[in-house]
Amino acid sequence: MLEVPERKPPPAADEAEAAADAGRRRPVPAWVITAGSLAFILAAWEFFGRDVNPVFGSYPSAIVEAGIQLARSGKLWTALLDSLQPFAVGYALAIVVGVPLGLVTGRFRAVEAAIGIYITAGYAMPLVALVPLLVLWLGLGFKVKVAIIFLLSVFPICINTWLGVTAVPKTLIEVGKSFVAPDSVILRRIVLPATLPYIMAGIRLAVGRAVVAMVIAEFFTSISGLGAIIITSANNFDTATTFVPIIIIMFMAVALTFMIGVIERRVAPWQAEIAGRDKQ
Amino acid sequence: MGEVSLVDLSKRFTLRLDGQTHHVQALSRVSFSVHDGEVVSLIGPSGCGKTTALRIVMGLETASGGKVTVDGREVRGCGFDRGMVFQFAELLPWLTALQNVMFGLEMKGMRGAELRQTATRYLELVGLGDSLNRRPHQLSGGMKQRVGLARALAVEPKVLLMDEPFGALDAQTRETMQAELLDIHARTRKTILFVTHDLDEAVLIADRIVVMREGRVQDVMTVPLARPRPDLGLVRGMREFADTRYRVWRALHEPATVH
Repeated sequence: MLEVPERKPPPAADEAEAAADAGRRRPVPAWVITAGSLAFILAAWEFFGRDVNPVFGSYPSAIVEAGIQLARSGKLWTALLDSLQPFAVGYALAIVVGVPLGLVTGRFRAVEAAIGIYITAGYAMPLVALVPLLVLWLGLGFKVKVAIIFLLSVFPICINTWLGVTAVPKTLIEVGKSFVAPDSVILRRIVLPATLPYIMAGIRLAVGRAVVAMVIAEFFTSISGLGAIIITSANNFDTATTFVPIIIIMFMAVALTFMIGVIERRVAPWQAEIAGRDKQ
Repeated sequence: MGEVSLVDLSKRFTLRLDGQTHHVQALSRVSFSVHDGEVVSLIGPSGCGKTTALRIVMGLETASGGKVTVDGREVRGCGFDRGMVFQFAELLPWLTALQNVMFGLEMKGMRGAELRQTATRYLELVGLGDSLNRRPHQLSGGMKQRVGLARALAVEPKVLLMDEPFGALDAQTRETMQAELLDIHARTRKTILFVTHDLDEAVLIADRIVVMREGRVQDVMTVPLARPRPDLGLVRGMREFADTRYRVWRALHEPATVH
């Protein structure tokens, strides 16, 4: 284990070489760079983490071991299910409500004047402070988790959509008008597609917030889910086990963001093509 | 048929600058007609109100006074009797060339196989039969404007309204497009109202030229050039072309007449 970082040349050198290579030959694929960076971080963590008191910190192999134990006992799977169900429902609900609300708010002056202020305020709302109240209303189970996840993720989606609509070129809307398109058709066939890149950005941003909301919900309300594993193991000074759900949640968020990126390129391919995605 | 008349058209904009309200008279009692099958160029310096007049004819803006009629019927708002070609084509970037043309037709209520066939036919008319499935960013400026033209023509408007459609193109492409437009006009006999600030263009394509300055019609003149004009290079060398060009130039530069 200790030899790992020594055998592998540091990725910094790799990247420098890659950059020099790029000019001459084919560039190194992005995933190789990401994998190299990940390997370096994990190796360094493993190397230095072992010297730390296990109460104050942990390291990858210990975390994997704790993870396997959690999985064998079956606790991990129940917790995962307990967390993912409200996450999926709350997040999906945020998209279903946030996108149309943002579209309508951005498109119609009266709606913007009537509810824009609540959306702006809602985005900045200190939701954590409201959790006790939500518990009073909705109890301690599934419903309150969904509500917290929904409330924290709906606003970034809505605000981004709203912003996107205001950025739609006026002339594109005039194209619709010149063909006598009714408002509903202009909204669906011109404003919505023109706003898609913004909507997808909002949906991406909301992933992070929804994940945080999920953990908050489990900290404050029920003794279930991944959040509960974090709390109980932390209380038992079992730091390695504490890291298991944290890593899983981070992995989940990264995977979800990646998936959204894939969807984005499918539903709005012209955007990437226009931008060209030309990076150095 | 396709006769457009602008009758005493006026437009006042209200602006707020530094807390003060300013009124800008964009159009004052503008009257002229475009006869059936005729091409009229509307020329003037920027800010003279020519685009505003065109937008009111299309129905994208409302007049403060006066009216616009197409074949004697007063227009209110946009309609399929008028088709607009925008300055920068304004294609929907997420649709292919074919789908962009189909969009207008769908709005008019066309469905099924006819929809695709009609859109294809019009793209072939503008010379884009082999680029049906390209998206706007895969088209050159001239090609985009061809799609814009096909989209407007496809709904079979009585009148084609064109807002400096070739102004953003390079000189060579512009010449090709002007010839193409004349060719399409010869085949379809559409009534065309063409806004431009390019003297040569105004003379080359039009039967009559309306010169606008400061929101008023300064002069209306007939272009003494026969149709068809298959070779625009030849037309440029004609004495009548030079004469007309000079007359328009004078109308644009001599002191504005006060009505």
